[in-house]
Amino acid sequence: MIISILRSETGTHQNYRLPAGEIPLLSALIHIKETQDATLTFSAGCRASVCGTCAVRVNGREELACSYKVKPGDVIEPLQYHPVLRDLKVDKNKAKTTLKKGQTWLHSYTEAALTPKEEHLTEKQTDCILCDSCYSACPVFAVNPDFLGPFALTRAYRYTVDKREGEPKSIVDAVQQNGVWDCTLCGECTAVCPKGIDPKMDITMLRAESVKHGHSDPSFSSQSFGTPDFGGGGFGFDPNAGF
Amino acid sequence: MVDVLVIGSGGAGLSAALAAKEAGASVLVVGKMYPTNSQTSMAQGGMNAALGNVEEDHVSLHIADTIKSAHGLCDEDMVRQMCADAPKTIEWLETLGMPFSRIEASQSDANQNASPFTLHSSLKSVAQRQLGGASAKRACYAQDYTGLKLLHTLYDTCLKEGIDFLDEYFLLNLIVPEDTVKGATFLNIRTGEIRQIDAKSVVIATGGYGSIYHGFTTNMYGATGDGVAAVLRAGGAVSDMEFIQFHPTALKHSCILVSESARGEGGYLVNEAGERFVDELKPRDEVARAIFSQMKEGQRVFLDVRHLGKAKLMELLPQEVELCKIHEHVDPAKELIPIKPVAHYSMGGIDVDGALEVNGIKGCFAAGECSNAKVHGANRLGGNSLLEITAFGRFAGENAFKHAVYASSKPADDAQRRKDEAEIEALFAQESGESFYTYRERLGELFYEKVGIVRENAQLSEALEEVIAMQVAQKQMGISDKSQSNNQNLVEFLEFKNALLLAPAIISAAIARDESRGAHFKIGFEEESDAFKKHIVLQWKKETA
Repeated sequence: MIISILRSETGTHQNYRLPAGEIPLLSALIHIKETQDATLTFSAGCRASVCGTCAVRVNGREELACSYKVKPGDVIEPLQYHPVLRDLKVDKNKAKTTLKKGQTWLHSYTEAALTPKEEHLTEKQTDCILCDSCYSACPVFAVNPDFLGPFALTRAYRYTVDKREGEPKSIVDAVQQNGVWDCTLCGECTAVCPKGIDPKMDITMLRAESVKHGHSDPSFSSQSFGTPDFGGGGFGFDPNAGF
Repeated sequence: MVDVLVIGSGGAGLSAALAAKEAGASVLVVGKMYPTNSQTSMAQGGMNAALGNVEEDHVSLHIADTIKSAHGLCDEDMVRQMCADAPKTIEWLETLGMPFSRIEASQSDANQNASPFTLHSSLKSVAQRQLGGASAKRACYAQDYTGLKLLHTLYDTCLKEGIDFLDEYFLLNLIVPEDTVKGATFLNIRTGEIRQIDAKSVVIATGGYGSIYHGFTTNMYGATGDGVAAVLRAGGAVSDMEFIQFHPTALKHSCILVSESARGEGGYLVNEAGERFVDELKPRDEVARAIFSQMKEGQRVFLDVRHLGKAKLMELLPQEVELCKIHEHVDPAKELIPIKPVAHYSMGGIDVDGALEVNGIKGCFAAGECSNAKVHGANRLGGNSLLEITAFGRFAGENAFKHAVYASSKPADDAQRRKDEAEIEALFAQESGESFYTYRERLGELFYEKVGIVRENAQLSEALEEVIAMQVAQKQMGISDKSQSNNQNLVEFLEFKNALLLAPAIISAAIARDESRGAHFKIGFEEESDAFKKHIVLQWKKETA
């Protein structure tokens, strides 16, 4: 079978021939590097979908190379919105700075024995492997490169609702600018997450937390000239609904 | 000049960095990947601490279990320290927001023993599960993602504390002018530059060397013992290198781990004839050997969990079910899972003293899988490795800070950096002869066949000869990618060189140990021998000018 990989040196797609058979994309990349072209560059680690190293785009969709089964004609490209260092290897530092900006950590520990139910509130969110797939899939970055992005907001939500967090407001405050309200709720992040996390829902919940802490959607306030009307405003959702 | 240079950004490195920073040190963490990419993320089962949340437990039992499993090769003081530190370590993680799985706290009240520790009451709801070789339900966990969630909690905390990171810096050499470490040299993977980082003390937390068994290990590609090799080159000591734990059940073709809980929940091991051939719940070394002897007879071996039913499998082992489908093309609910035992954990490593300071290199500390703190001995207990990286990672960080307080702030000259620059330049200039990838594969096969689960002196000697021949051949190998920047071909070659450097240390220690103990089993010497109730320590002789 033949697959096509975007090479950074030439800016063009290069075809590689692989033996027939169903194998993970990562095995295919390693096969190419070992036997055909040692210059092909990509990142990889655990082979088991948990280290977050090997995310790429296959036919325009984010996939972990170690779990995606390669098919004839596949087009492999690096993640979007990350500076490409070489071929499929990207610089994830900028994406990672969103965690710092979002202050996604426990700010002030408060002693509280979590119940199983309370732990389940953040169980899925803490499955995040920081593979950056959601960041690459998020269309907001096309217009706002400073957007905090899905994984940072999911992590912010995760600490905000942790009962052990004594200062949830500090986290909520940190995600107001270029944060919760800049998301379009398109759900691309949720669609590509290899761990089944739902950042779209987390962001929606984080909006509710924001409102609880006295923040409001800046686009609503500008439209309604400050009138405190949070009825949904025809945006297709109601930040107060159900909370 | 930084106070504490931490090399390696997995769980041990991040714990060391946080402890050193807390003590007041300036800290820099340098790693060849991003922090959250490290192998710590792959740990599943849990982290031992005698909290007694689910049933009665005591630190003394944790100590006794660990010593028993070590088969006489541990330092009992170190074991006592690690086990006694365990409840406080869990408490520390709790204060960082670690998302442990939980039980209803009222459940645990009834089981609380008279703990000598005053712990936060919030620890009472931390769930604990049974792991092999433990006399109580002792492992705190977070579903089957304990390592992942531990690593990310530590990383979040490092961001909070403003810890500085240098990502994608590959360790070349420690700078040790006169028995005391002064820093280290690195290849900046992105630019290709060689960089010297001066430090008053160093913590090595670079992980194990299981990837010598390339193609036959659960470990990630980069587990090539880079730090262990650097210590040997710098004149430090390594010990117990021959003790490598084999996990009984890895997927046959991809070597991806199938958690021990598959057997814990009632899974069978069967051969081609469909016969069970071993008690599946025996210790890892015994089960691995039983599978290996089946394979030697030409039998294929399978894990059979079909009788558990789809619903239970999805509830208990969803990750495994998914990985079986992706990598083995089997549905565990309907089909047998082809498995084989593969290399999983290096018990041996950098030889350290009671303060985790490397024997032979002052001011240099080592923690985690790269270090041999002599808590695992000949056989590691499940749940003790995540404990070790956190408890001893912190201990190493504290001790590194103490050393830094009195260390000279005069940096080393640039002799090591220039030497390393010349070596890398020579690599680029060299015609690439044979592909080292072929040899990397061969080294893995060789180790699995001849330095594996069951060893024999004749085979070990053959392996040693072949490894030495490979070291000679290595001079003809090179890199075919000549790019200065982002040269993964170069990084993989340097990793292969490290693995190849450690190979004879492992084999010669295995040859010397004419007995069977824990993970080291030798035909003709099937019993433990008191003469070998000792550590085999290896150190390179100093070159005399």
